[in-house]
Amino acid sequence: MAKVVVVTSGKGGVGKTTSTAALGAALAQEGATVVVVDFDVGLRNLDLVMGAERRVVFDLINVVQGDARLSQALIRDKRVETLSLLPASQTRDKDALTQEGVQKVIAELREKFDWVICDSPAGIEKGAVMAMRHADIAIVVTNPEVSSVRDSDRIIGLLDSKTEKAENGARIDKHLLLTRYDPARAARGEMLKTEDVLEILSIPLLGIIPESEEVLRASNLGSPVTLLSPTSSPARAYADAAKRLRGEQLEVVVPLERKGLISRLFGRKVA
Amino acid sequence: MNNLLSFFRRSRSAPVARERLQVLLAHERALTGRSDLLATLQDEILAVIAKHFTIDREKVQIKLDRGESVSTLEIDVEVPSIASAKVA
Repeated sequence: MAKVVVVTSGKGGVGKTTSTAALGAALAQEGATVVVVDFDVGLRNLDLVMGAERRVVFDLINVVQGDARLSQALIRDKRVETLSLLPASQTRDKDALTQEGVQKVIAELREKFDWVICDSPAGIEKGAVMAMRHADIAIVVTNPEVSSVRDSDRIIGLLDSKTEKAENGARIDKHLLLTRYDPARAARGEMLKTEDVLEILSIPLLGIIPESEEVLRASNLGSPVTLLSPTSSPARAYADAAKRLRGEQLEVVVPLERKGLISRLFGRKVA
Repeated sequence: MNNLLSFFRRSRSAPVARERLQVLLAHERALTGRSDLLATLQDEILAVIAKHFTIDREKVQIKLDRGESVSTLEIDVEVPSIASAKVA
């Protein structure tokens, strides 16, 4: 049975697209068929983070409006055979997404893939609601920071009211993914602790992704961090989160960065 | 030594990002106002082919690779068999 997952947050810049790419690639590497879908119509970026920006021909809107077949719009990843991307349109706006059209595309994706991972736009408007509408599972990406936690709370409210599951009286499965986490700063009391965020939002924890320079390097190079540097701390954290998503019971730990002498000396240097 | 090598290798991701963005944005700016170019192109090309062959729209694959100086557009049309060619 295919699982439809929405990666959402309310707030922008917390790591939805990075997380969509990293989790999608991690699930695909284990052999599952995965499609990552960009719902950020007008401001697409998942293609860039996946390194497929030069190969986009058709997009979600073309498929929704019947200008292209789904098979024509899907872009097969060059590194992992079972991973595909459905890009968003860069030139249209969110109004081009119709509820019936999206429903049809999601139903078709369910037939073809084990996992359908929808990268939500920021905000709480139509685009974000469209992205979450048909999800079975929601991943709420949150930074340990006050405005992000507040926006996540708002999104959890929407997940419990605006999704198809919620409207049918069922509950959507919600998980917290804490990103850009700095264990040292949390220990010094400069950053909200995991327990604080969990207590406030009261949804189960899917994983903690430590702040890492590898994430920027991965987006610069156009590769999910789990493919580019699988032994790095964020990649290991994402791989564990992917396993939990599949139902494995794993204790949540924050992988530590293994730094060499050189990066310790130069690691903080800017410019 | 290994660390030293990996440090210098690692520091080079920003120029890659810069080049990727330059290529992408050049293409996107050029397309402003012609967002449906590819869909239109597909329709027109298929209309021409359909004059001569019966084609299944499900069996048409279009691939694009946007390069810095040259882009390639690849249109792969599966034609059932030459026997199905329409008599003009």
